[in-house]
Amino acid sequence: MISATDLRLTFGKGTPLENPALRGMSLTVNQGEFVTVIGSNGAGKSTFLNALAGETLVDSGTIVVDNVNVTKLPTHKRAGRVARVFQDPLAGTCEGLSIEENLSLAIKRGQFRGLGTAVKKQYMDKFRESLSSLNLGLENRLGDKMGLLSGGQRQAVSLLMASLTPSAILLLDEHTAALDPKTAAFVLELTTKIINEQKLTALMVTHSMKQALEVGTRTVMLHQGQVVFDIAGKDREGLEVKDLLELFEKQRGLTVDDDSLLLG
Amino acid sequence: MLSEIAFYGAVETGLIYGLVAFGIYLSFRVLDFPDLTVDGSFPLGAAVAAVLIMEGWNPWLATGSAVLAGMAAGAVTAILNVKLNILNLLASILTMIALYSINLRVMGRPNIALLGEETVLTPWYSLDIAYHQVPVLLFAIVIVVALILLWRFMKSETGLAMRATGANARMARAQGIATGAMIILGVAVSNGLVGLAGALFAQSQGAADVTMGVGVIVIGLASLIGGEAVITPSTVVRALIACVVGAIIYRLAIAFALNADFLGLQAQDLNLITAVLVTLAIVLPGVRTSLVNKLTRKKA
Repeated sequence: MISATDLRLTFGKGTPLENPALRGMSLTVNQGEFVTVIGSNGAGKSTFLNALAGETLVDSGTIVVDNVNVTKLPTHKRAGRVARVFQDPLAGTCEGLSIEENLSLAIKRGQFRGLGTAVKKQYMDKFRESLSSLNLGLENRLGDKMGLLSGGQRQAVSLLMASLTPSAILLLDEHTAALDPKTAAFVLELTTKIINEQKLTALMVTHSMKQALEVGTRTVMLHQGQVVFDIAGKDREGLEVKDLLELFEKQRGLTVDDDSLLLG
Repeated sequence: MLSEIAFYGAVETGLIYGLVAFGIYLSFRVLDFPDLTVDGSFPLGAAVAAVLIMEGWNPWLATGSAVLAGMAAGAVTAILNVKLNILNLLASILTMIALYSINLRVMGRPNIALLGEETVLTPWYSLDIAYHQVPVLLFAIVIVVALILLWRFMKSETGLAMRATGANARMARAQGIATGAMIILGVAVSNGLVGLAGALFAQSQGAADVTMGVGVIVIGLASLIGGEAVITPSTVVRALIACVVGAIIYRLAIAFALNADFLGLQAQDLNLITAVLVTLAIVLPGVRTSLVNKLTRKKA
């Protein structure tokens, strides 16, 4: 379980460029929930995710993951509890290292690293098994450099890496946005498969309302650094993009002018 | 042509600079941390070893202390960068100039002669091989041991974490790697190797001098880049071998240049030759690629 309470964060405080990114954001994600997060540009989606991951520390508010207060902890000290896939397909893996080296890095996520050999023989069966589930033939290319793979392949491996060891929450930051539509569909399908099979708790930021309603068990919309609505269960079933827009306008008396939310 | 003694002399210094190249590979390549501390940690290693040998220490203990001193210098640079957020290049320059004063303090004077003192080389001279081959044999053993240890380290969990830190720090953090600690450890080990090189250099040359570090960074880079041009560094072990090969080639090239009478070069031209060689080493692989591209371009 992960719980964020009254998160506040202002960038460039005291300067003309002062930008309040989070204005009292609160959200609790229960065990096994798959939450999709939408919102227009500048709504605070990425900042919220960075705050949960530890990349940016909040000005005030608390973040509790599995009953541990992690508000002040840097990224690497949260990594054992928080797994993450980035938007940039090249960001989640090291291109200069081989596939097996990348996976070996991920299998020790959040754990102590000593002087023993990093790429252990006993890992190989697990690596081959998970890679073969991708149907990309990567199970026979364990020694290949990551840089030889395409963006879609690398994003698929990033996803595997994030789910190789258990975590309290999996953060997905528009992880299909930089891929072509066909590859994006493949990675999204893979995402739901992994989350369902391993019963992961996940938070997926997306730019597409359609995608946000199609996958997951709960949808949250952010606006101006706050949660404007939060729907799950029966209320969410059968909901379409236009219903979502109506809901948004009703709640805030605003119209959505960001086309990218409506497309895709 | 080179005399036999000049040849062995070049290989001997080449082996020592191979250790410097290891250090520079670790900082520049693995960690992507341009570290100029080496110009100070090389004479620091020499100074520490020379002073302790003069005090009557066992030469290996003195050499080990030089390694620790080098590591401390590297750690200072990395801490300036990681904890105080000073740009890495500037942090290393600060440590480098601070070391100039420290080295003078350590030695108490600008240079120390080690003639007639017992060094790590002394017992090896009783072996039944030519006098000028002794340092080559010993330093070859040292560098092979260092290469194997470094290679094993790079393959370890901590070593892999260090490589990830240099290659993709954001990903490394997300995997729970304390990237700051990795940078401190890596730059410390890097300068420890350079301190070792300084200590061995002082013992083989018979003196430590406060100015002996000038240009060590360039020589190390020349060795690294030259070696990479000869041996493609596609794996860690190939990259490390490239460091040693590059350093030896570099020293041989310098020896040839200084010995070729028709060029009219003299010892004072050393730094100029170094700069020219580094430039060539950086530019030539690119020229080769573009030539190959031009010659093999298919007709549209």
